[in-house]
Amino acid sequence: MTGLPPPAARKLGLVIDLDTCVGCHACAVACKEWNEGGAFGPLPDQDPYGAEPHGVWFNRVHTYEVQGFGPSSAGSACKLAASAPSQGAPTHPESRPSTGERPVIPDPANAMSVHFPRSCLHCETPACVTVCPTGASYKRAEDGIVLVDEDKCIGCQLCAWACPYGAREFSAKRGVMQKCTLCVDRIYNETLDEADRQPACVMACPTRARHFGDLGDPQSKVSELVAERGGYALMPELGYKPVNRYLPPRPRRAGGTKPETRPAAEPIDTAQMSPLLRWVDRVLSR
Amino acid sequence: MPHAALDLNTPTADEVKTTTCYMCACRCGIRVHLKDGRVRYIDGNPKHPVNRGVICAKGSAGIKQHYSPARLSKPLLRIGERGAGEFREIEWDEALALAATWLGDIRRRNPDELAFFTGRDQSQALTGWWAQQFGTINYAAHGGFCSVNMAAAGMYTFGGSFWEFGEPDWELTKYLMLWGVAEDHDSNPIKLGLGKLKARGAKIVAINPVRTGYGAIADEWVPINPGTDGLLAGAFIHELLRTDRIDLDYLVRYTNAHHLVIRDPGAADDGLIARDAEGHALCAARARSADAGIRQDEGVVLVRAAAADISPLVIGEFTLGDGRIAVPSFQLLAERFLDEGYSPASVSARCGVEVDTIQRLARELAETAFDQSISLDQAWTDTHGRVHESMIGRPVAMHAMRGISAHSNGFHTCRTLHLLQMLLGAIDTPGSFRYQPPYPKPAPPPNRPGKSRKDNGALDGGPLGYVQSPADLLVDAEGRPRRLDRAYSWEHPLAAHGLMQSVIRNAWAGDPYRIDTLLMFMANMGWNSSMNTSETRRMLCDRDEASGGYRIPHIIYSDAYLSETVAFADLVLPDTTYLERHDCISMLDRPISDADCAADAIRQPVVEPDRDVRPFQDVLIDLGTRIGLPGLVNDDGSAKFPRGFAQYMVEHERAPGVGLLAGWRGADGSKAGVGEPNPDQIKRYVEHGCVWEARVPDAARYYKMANREYLDWAKSLGFLGSTDAIMLQLYCETLQRFRLAAQGHGPHQPPTSERERVERYFDPLPFWYASVSLPGPVDDALDKTAQARAGSARDADYPLHAITQRPMFMYHSWGSQNAWLRQITTRNYLYLHPQTAQAHAVGDGDWIWLASPLGRIRVQAKWHAATAPGTLWTWNAIGKRKGAWKLSADAPENRDGFLLNHLIDELLPPKRDSHRYANADPVTGQAAWFDLRVRIERDPSPGEAGHRIEMRKMGTAE
Repeated sequence: MTGLPPPAARKLGLVIDLDTCVGCHACAVACKEWNEGGAFGPLPDQDPYGAEPHGVWFNRVHTYEVQGFGPSSAGSACKLAASAPSQGAPTHPESRPSTGERPVIPDPANAMSVHFPRSCLHCETPACVTVCPTGASYKRAEDGIVLVDEDKCIGCQLCAWACPYGAREFSAKRGVMQKCTLCVDRIYNETLDEADRQPACVMACPTRARHFGDLGDPQSKVSELVAERGGYALMPELGYKPVNRYLPPRPRRAGGTKPETRPAAEPIDTAQMSPLLRWVDRVLSR
Repeated sequence: MPHAALDLNTPTADEVKTTTCYMCACRCGIRVHLKDGRVRYIDGNPKHPVNRGVICAKGSAGIKQHYSPARLSKPLLRIGERGAGEFREIEWDEALALAATWLGDIRRRNPDELAFFTGRDQSQALTGWWAQQFGTINYAAHGGFCSVNMAAAGMYTFGGSFWEFGEPDWELTKYLMLWGVAEDHDSNPIKLGLGKLKARGAKIVAINPVRTGYGAIADEWVPINPGTDGLLAGAFIHELLRTDRIDLDYLVRYTNAHHLVIRDPGAADDGLIARDAEGHALCAARARSADAGIRQDEGVVLVRAAAADISPLVIGEFTLGDGRIAVPSFQLLAERFLDEGYSPASVSARCGVEVDTIQRLARELAETAFDQSISLDQAWTDTHGRVHESMIGRPVAMHAMRGISAHSNGFHTCRTLHLLQMLLGAIDTPGSFRYQPPYPKPAPPPNRPGKSRKDNGALDGGPLGYVQSPADLLVDAEGRPRRLDRAYSWEHPLAAHGLMQSVIRNAWAGDPYRIDTLLMFMANMGWNSSMNTSETRRMLCDRDEASGGYRIPHIIYSDAYLSETVAFADLVLPDTTYLERHDCISMLDRPISDADCAADAIRQPVVEPDRDVRPFQDVLIDLGTRIGLPGLVNDDGSAKFPRGFAQYMVEHERAPGVGLLAGWRGADGSKAGVGEPNPDQIKRYVEHGCVWEARVPDAARYYKMANREYLDWAKSLGFLGSTDAIMLQLYCETLQRFRLAAQGHGPHQPPTSERERVERYFDPLPFWYASVSLPGPVDDALDKTAQARAGSARDADYPLHAITQRPMFMYHSWGSQNAWLRQITTRNYLYLHPQTAQAHAVGDGDWIWLASPLGRIRVQAKWHAATAPGTLWTWNAIGKRKGAWKLSADAPENRDGFLLNHLIDELLPPKRDSHRYANADPVTGQAAWFDLRVRIERDPSPGEAGHRIEMRKMGTAE
């Protein structure tokens, strides 16, 4: 089994805003593309033009519909039980719908679609590391990034079983476990412009829903964002202390004022006379 | 790699080149990172004005498109039967000589025998010009199939458009209403903008039968019934008028709301704008002592409507100099929309939106526009030379796209939306919808479609343009269509983008005539870019009984990939990928500007082709040179552009000093917009990330239609021919000109059979009608009672709407063959609300039949809560044809995926004289694919997988 380094001050991670994620999969494909040719690639594809194409992805986006809970519960929508992943990501077994039951039919106008990007959370006490028999899975002391040393990985997949978040992907072609590296080969890469030293998914995100930084530093931008928006960790009760945070959907701005709060000063009684008449004497200027 | 030796400083690439993405119509700036001569990585160019460094799923997957196994590699000549996909590889010389023979013969005989249609290409500045030089009127891109209703309604109403030609004021808007938008051309700018709105707390309302994508993050989703958006927008207008929450000062300053409309039923100028002897529009205004004009009672005078500092009247009957009566167009608008038919209570059931919701949304629009108006501390000067100390803003923005356009009532629905914007004073003000240069243009723009051929065989104008009156139509002496697709005929007079969806059917039927050659570029017209796809594929292979030859004698197709249409070509000209060629994203075509900066861009080859393929633009220039087209050859017959399109981009001048690229013109590159060709122009683009930008001056950022500084600036860059104010057309006089012709006035009148239809649909004010695709005689549908009767019969037989939505990860990207994108979705499902499903006894995951009068298709259903009950939907264009795209035979795209297109008729049911109109908007010819009505039929084995198509035999449709 593999030991963890002493808790470090620096905890690099992602903050993902579920309020603005439109489920476009930009992050997932940018991740795949960067890592395919990067230090931790390739991310092999099997049967790419055939009946069951599947490959290794470090980041996948799931789409759920949440039925009819109304605007007030929107903030916790992502925590609610999902119905069917309507489209989208290569489906992970855990997220498959149960097809047996028929839900109560809700008001369609209250139905929500929630897009949920999922990748390694770089836990502070990751079971995927402690369960690793060879030391291939390890957590970096200096920044908390969880990596797999492929030279030591025997492909036993214990880590995948141990991870409750489904963050690990086994490459049958390469016989090793692969996972999000937080683009460690980008973020320190001095051959890149400083502005480019960010994870590929963060660079790509078209709604700027993804943020990268040091969650161990309460003054960092990402920490402030988490504080301001009530960012939360996934399933903290399991005790693995994920570093990544999700920002919940903001409360939906539901409606305007009540009717007739602004009584119009009508020059005429529109019930009796043509409503057009009120504009007859209107003084306009061109 | 052992992590002890992990090197985190490995250089990404040997070299980074910039170019422009081509995975959809968004056209983002990209950086292509090259290593060992191969593409290692593509990311967004942070300095690019379109995407500011972000990149979508398609853009990142471009690497898989570039290295796709489905790429064509050599010119192909058909050796088997058409459709069988049997070819032999030939050399380019043979291919080009053959094409030049066919084309040269046509041009000598009758240039209109060439039909040239392009797909989602971005080269229309070249392809349209080439068609003009060839002399064929039968040219268009795929706009008629896409969203011409948005373009035409916008251009005829306010000289701009939603689409990618305008944008919400992302920095200042407080309220964004999205109509029928799932994903859009302006893909990344919209996403960047939505992120800003969410951060700022602006409200987003999504009006759409389906909640996906942008709707998912909207504050409010309004699950509207398809095709009723015009009714809902009309109810908003009703409410704004009823509660007197409109911006009348904006209306009289920037629109023709105060223009007087002649009221003289039966007269040749009834419904036209009243004008003085010099042709200037008149309005009624409060009289001042100095005013000259036609005096009315009570201190009112008729004066020129465009005059400054007048106080126009918008209600009343006024007497013209000749004694006739005229009324302000605003009054006509108010009368129409104050009608009870547009009240929330009247429209609620039809739209599927509660009365309270309609009233509340109208109230929110007004409160945001007027009670939360904004004022920018920015002085500006109007076209009268008056200086305004600040810019007043109505921070309500709207954006609309396919859900509006793809109905046969889309033109008038889109116009209704623009009128709603006008009433709120919310066009090009701070916080509202904003024009992107080179827009606004005059409404409509002045370029008319070319009609006749000059001595050198070239058309006297580009094949596409904007008709202003019946005189501009392309019809023969009897009023019959001159174009193969019947665009610009009495059937579809404002068909500004042509009717691509009618081309194959009409060429096959020889109606209005036969052609010799169909030349297609990147238009998958043998599959998803056609309606009634099964039948269309048969038509492409059909032979003439008398001669034994194919009814469409020659088909030339250029594509980079083995798409479904390749199998139907006689000659295949393989194109390069977008990373292997020059391209021009031109101000003359569809530029990439945003509201604060005019911009155009190029593509440059970043890698060399490893196959025997050529850029289609080069091939087109080569072909044109071989057949001696004007503008492509010198006087001695030699090639004018021997170095191909890259040379043409730089040296060709459309007008003196105006070419395809606006940046770095002039011999030394110092001029913008207008200037002589600069031999180093492409080099300068490359040095600047392949993009050129010109910032809109600060005082010119809003009120562009009447902002002197903006209009001067736009004219200096060649965007406008004049600095006159651009008048927004609340009342569309152009439409009335067609209506008058239908009523028997003027030298150009429709044939008798067309009159009733033209009179009905060419209403100068927008109105709502259900659709033109009702079964039964179309002429009966003009009658309201018959329409209601036919409508309920249809509703009983085909009670459900079926529409498509565009997935963000494949929109416009041909993505189903992309190794990465297809892992996101390999096939589509038919989604429906659980309530709809239970009403039709459809279990989640059941295979069912979807039937329309054309036939039925077997599809797999999935429950989807975020869908309006009564509507079915699926992702667009994921289903593929077996044998195409180098997908294996058992690929889910062709095994389980499907197209709705098989069920959508390209024609309306026959009318009494047996003529069948295109299934399209009667004004613009926009394909009405969202008018589709279907029913669900149970399958005896709902658990057994497999897509199937069962079409009725031709002529047996219900």
